[in-house]
Amino acid sequence: MSAEESSLVKIALVSCGSEYAGVQPEFEEAAAKVNAKFIYPEIDVASIDTIGKDFGLEVASGDLRLMMARAKAVVEGTTNAEGVFITTCFRCAEGAIVRNEVRRYIHEHSNIPVISYSFTESTSAGTLLTRLEALTTIVRRRHLLTREVQTGLTAGIDSGSTTTKAVIMRDNKIIGKGWVPTTKVLESAEEAYSIALEEAGVARKEIQAIGTTGYGRFLIGNHLKAQLIQEEITVNSKGAVYLANKQKGNATVIDIGGMDNKAISVQDGIPGMFTMGGICAGASGRFFEMISKRLGVDITELGALAVKGMHENVSMNSYCIVFGTQSLVNSLAKGATPEDVAAAACYSVVEQIYEQQLQEVDVKEPLILVGGSSLIAGVPKALGELLKINVLVPENSHMIGAVGAALLASGFVEE
Amino acid sequence: MAKVFIYPINSLILADLVERFGHKPLTMMSQIRGKVTSLSLDSPPINITPEDPKLGLKYAAIEVPAGVRGRMSLIGPLIEQTEAAIIVENPPTDFGCVGCNRTNELTKYLVRSKGVPVLEVKYPESDEEARDFVNEIVAFLESLPKEKPEDEKVEEKESAEKEDKK
Repeated sequence: MSAEESSLVKIALVSCGSEYAGVQPEFEEAAAKVNAKFIYPEIDVASIDTIGKDFGLEVASGDLRLMMARAKAVVEGTTNAEGVFITTCFRCAEGAIVRNEVRRYIHEHSNIPVISYSFTESTSAGTLLTRLEALTTIVRRRHLLTREVQTGLTAGIDSGSTTTKAVIMRDNKIIGKGWVPTTKVLESAEEAYSIALEEAGVARKEIQAIGTTGYGRFLIGNHLKAQLIQEEITVNSKGAVYLANKQKGNATVIDIGGMDNKAISVQDGIPGMFTMGGICAGASGRFFEMISKRLGVDITELGALAVKGMHENVSMNSYCIVFGTQSLVNSLAKGATPEDVAAAACYSVVEQIYEQQLQEVDVKEPLILVGGSSLIAGVPKALGELLKINVLVPENSHMIGAVGAALLASGFVEE
Repeated sequence: MAKVFIYPINSLILADLVERFGHKPLTMMSQIRGKVTSLSLDSPPINITPEDPKLGLKYAAIEVPAGVRGRMSLIGPLIEQTEAAIIVENPPTDFGCVGCNRTNELTKYLVRSKGVPVLEVKYPESDEEARDFVNEIVAFLESLPKEKPEDEKVEEKESAEKEDKK
């Protein structure tokens, strides 16, 4: 790792008083793990009384006005921040309005990467780690993230919550793929990697660089002595624009994974704003697995079924996987067709992504849908209907993490 | 001497006025001081842990944001002790501010509904208003009992004796 890559990253903490919620030590712990430090942009206290008018958003809470004043200090360069972490209390409407507008303001008026999060007293350092890792990666590895062409012979492994993917790439082409369910993290990675190597017809020792991503990235990366161990936000967005051939200009990436979703606003292949999560697994691939099981079809058949159905015929709300399944059971009991139920499940998932995540990211075309759930044909159809735009699903859309890791790892071949 | 709740609860000027007239101001500063000087806790910067917002459930329901409940875990116990209160409306930030208006709304409501003497004054915007502002507060503080009522003294003496016997 170069000196630049190991350097301390200064992140401006723009918050409404996380110290009163008891989560400040968790924030600090997550930052320390990625060698980052929170800084608090200095402002003139009197400006807190006038910033509402200057900013154009007049709110009653002093700390929310302090957030606007600090955002202004970041944009105007009076503070030396390399990234910004904006956070307010979960369930506070006033806080949510300010959080969104402050993030938009920083994004529009500077090139500083920014993430936002709403916390509860239960927020842990582990929850924040991936987000802060992505933020510091964008700062430290900007040059690596600008890589558009894969060179040499590299491997990428994406250890997801549901499936583990591996690809082998040579001279900008995918020559081997492996895709297995995740059971034991290391064993599943070994299996997927072996399948990919066999398909590629290359020996393990020939691989010049390996990149790992996903939940099991550290375990697998350390085991295989990977050159690149990277969180999935930067890797997946890179893989998505690469596979969709949209590396220049704006793009929006939606990744519906097995356990969570990501919505990422990308510019020239580098993430700008992103959100991660979902209130419940009801908006993830896990929900589709349950729906398929209940309908008695394989998950690979769910998409074709959904395309034939009408979501309007079934009322389904997937905010909670339990209540979502309850809606499914009730609908079937009332005589709904499996096609309509499958269509409603797809619509329900994308509706939640639209309501929960796309509100926090500026959707700019092209919209690239990736992740295992993008293979369920009803999902891009429902998303396109909801947003009234064309949804792009690139070939190998479920392999973006592995492809992104192999592409970025090739940066270490030349080094 | 009365225990006087002040709003804004971290206003140094109000706390000083209350003290000058022989009463005890109930302030955020004293609560935070208690937190940061307590031993065996390490949750910087003000030693509030995830347990504190749970203590705040006494004053606000679970759907109320954690930041409000965390603040209420400090302010709530002060409201319980309140014997009189001074509420200054529309103060500028540098006069005092706890940062969260939802907390402010709940705090003022709990104080007003407690049934203790409450003085509500507007923050002054001219020299003349400033004189009236101080005079009103002074008159209010002078109207409060300097000594504790006899029945309270007896109660306190009895409880001290019980403690001694233990």
